[in-house]
Amino acid sequence: MYKYDSYDQAMVDARVEEFRDQAQRRLDGKLTEDQFKPLRLMNGLYLQLHAYMLRVAIPYGTLNSRQMIALGDIADKYDRGYGHFTTRQNLQYNWIKLEDAADILADLSKVEMHAIQTSGNCIRNISSDHFAGAAHDELIDPRPYAELLRQWSSFHPEFTYLPRKFKIAVIAADTDRAAMRLHDIGIQIVRNDAGEIGASFYVGGGMGRTPMIAPQIRDFVPLDQLVTYAEACLRVYNRYGRRDNKYKARIKILVHEMGAEEYTRQVEEEFAHLLEQGVEPPLAELERIKPFFADPAFEDGPKSVDRSDPDFALWVDRNTVRHKHDSYVSAVISLKPVGGIPGDATGDQMRLMAKLAKQYSFDELRVMHTQNIVLPHVRIADLHALWTELEAADLGAPNLDTIEDIIACPGLDYCALANARSITVAQRISENFAKKNRTEELGQLKLKISGCINACGHHHAGHIGILGVDKKGTENYQLSLGGSEAEDVSLAKITGPGFDEDGVVGAVETVTDVYLEQREEGERFLDTYRRIGMTPFKEALYG
Amino acid sequence: MATDLGTSPDEVQFRFREDEVADHGTVTVDACCDQTNATAVRIEPGDDARVLLPFLDRLALVEVNFPSFGDGRGYSAARILREAGYTGELRAVGDVLIDQLSHMRRCGFDAFAPDKPLDEDDAKRAFAQWDNVYQSAADGRRTIQELRHE
Ligand code: HEM
Ligand code: SF4
Repeated sequence: MYKYDSYDQAMVDARVEEFRDQAQRRLDGKLTEDQFKPLRLMNGLYLQLHAYMLRVAIPYGTLNSRQMIALGDIADKYDRGYGHFTTRQNLQYNWIKLEDAADILADLSKVEMHAIQTSGNCIRNISSDHFAGAAHDELIDPRPYAELLRQWSSFHPEFTYLPRKFKIAVIAADTDRAAMRLHDIGIQIVRNDAGEIGASFYVGGGMGRTPMIAPQIRDFVPLDQLVTYAEACLRVYNRYGRRDNKYKARIKILVHEMGAEEYTRQVEEEFAHLLEQGVEPPLAELERIKPFFADPAFEDGPKSVDRSDPDFALWVDRNTVRHKHDSYVSAVISLKPVGGIPGDATGDQMRLMAKLAKQYSFDELRVMHTQNIVLPHVRIADLHALWTELEAADLGAPNLDTIEDIIACPGLDYCALANARSITVAQRISENFAKKNRTEELGQLKLKISGCINACGHHHAGHIGILGVDKKGTENYQLSLGGSEAEDVSLAKITGPGFDEDGVVGAVETVTDVYLEQREEGERFLDTYRRIGMTPFKEALYG
Repeated sequence: MATDLGTSPDEVQFRFREDEVADHGTVTVDACCDQTNATAVRIEPGDDARVLLPFLDRLALVEVNFPSFGDGRGYSAARILREAGYTGELRAVGDVLIDQLSHMRRCGFDAFAPDKPLDEDDAKRAFAQWDNVYQSAADGRRTIQELRHE
């Protein structure tokens, strides 16, 4: 894992001190809320329905046990004993007092963490593949490139007041586990015909009210020009992105209105110019970063488990994923207990996950964009012991990528922008399918819920998506089908008129019935939908 | 004769140059391209700073207006001018606040005329905000990555 040196630490510490001063001036009444707002937002502090919300950055979703313990301790000390893992691989606290914010940031900085650039119109925390460094199908570990970009994007002097927020994802496998093409910039690390490693750039993806899939604008950028190319992409956006309308300000709209070709032409022109300016960090920096992500000392061991306990066998089948070393797997800790709040974990659970990471996974954890936690490198021999402890702490739900593994945003329970509740809908759907014992039968089925058009819950990318809309003051839900955030990326289509809360829970069941009736051998829900189209689902829903 | 739309020397609160404060009639970017004798120009957020590149030799002052601090186009305009070799005064004017000073300085601004005068101590601290920096920009500072590999 990356470790701060004295430079990195000093940058974060400087920011904490600055914010302490700003928060104090606000508490003393020297700053108005209007003046304070952009400052607190740059430090991840939002004012929500009931309290302040603090968003902590987890760079490329990787953290160690010390950091996870600190997150758990903060939940207990300053919040109500829990935190919420988000689709951007971050953590949010929902019940923060302004008086405590600077102390929390100081506690975070002691474990090399912060809340910098987790909000505001700047380059946000960079996300990546949650199985990076463990996946059997990756070309190379993408995180050194993400770290290089983390440094470049932190306190960037030119790009702190962009037209809108800016999200970057970096992956290095053909299997996309990071929704790469739904980011403002998606980068895939690739090898070219000459055998060299470089970066393929996709620009202009995003969700929100106008979802778009990013087109590729350059198939290969040499590694010693990576930062320069990103800088060119950003400069064209900063200069020409729309600022007249907040809803049209994301880079996806610029790329769409300008055309990918013209945008690319301008980026290439800027890139040629910037190459002469020497803005690229020395290549030696990448070489310095790489060893931090070197493989731990894997050892050969048993390659299969004793399947005599059916509950354990189910969990192994559902929640463990093939590793590049055949005596290991990546184990997913589900934060989706049936009827629970997707992505929430208590302080005790965080500390337990930290302990287990230390014991069984070389001290590493990952946050998934699906709001679960990964122990990336677990010996197959240790799986039973691990599972036993998880079960005891209500962390053993065997439901990765099933209909119970729902992504849901905070919605009307917390969020000031919400039209409708997301959490209760998620709870009712997972309870319904668990009660009827249909989860297993349905197989992979990604259901994603957002409480409003901002799409924090990725509903556009759900095999089944649910969007909360406001219909004359009552909560109403739109259903959509056929989205995917993966390498087979697609945007979901709306089925038709919306439903009330009871109605949408029933509607989800109806569309799964259609799938079960119509599926062919080996088809997932998404595959069946793609083959038979919307009509049979519509007929069942409204016919 | 275009009317002067610029800030006057006594509105400049912070300046990091030794030369005389330029006190010329400031014209719009369009006017600057037409008038062969204009020596001071004011860039609005929507202007393309690159159209000024053929005239940089005769310019002594470029003002970049920030009507609202949240509109960051002026940062790119500043860097573009510095990257093209402009060495005259680069003045940030308008909604210039404490928390933008260090970034503006990094992008090449060397004079500041905020709409509302800033607290001198706060500003001093803001200009000194970063002991070190992660990116190469218009201020020529060596980056952390360069320092790590000297
Ligand atoms: C509760 C406080 C929150 C507020 C006020 C908030 C606000 C917003 C807004 C306004 C947008 C739309 C931006 C745009 O389209 O330009 C957005 C998008 C998004 N937010 Fe949130 N959000 C919140 C919580 C969350 C949480 C908890 C997550 C993760 C579970 C999240 C992840 C995202 C993602 C992934 C997007 C879509 C990115 C895209 O459009 O490409 N947000 N959020
Ligand atoms: S999707 Fe809407 S309701 Fe949900 S968290 Fe985002 S802004 Fe809030």
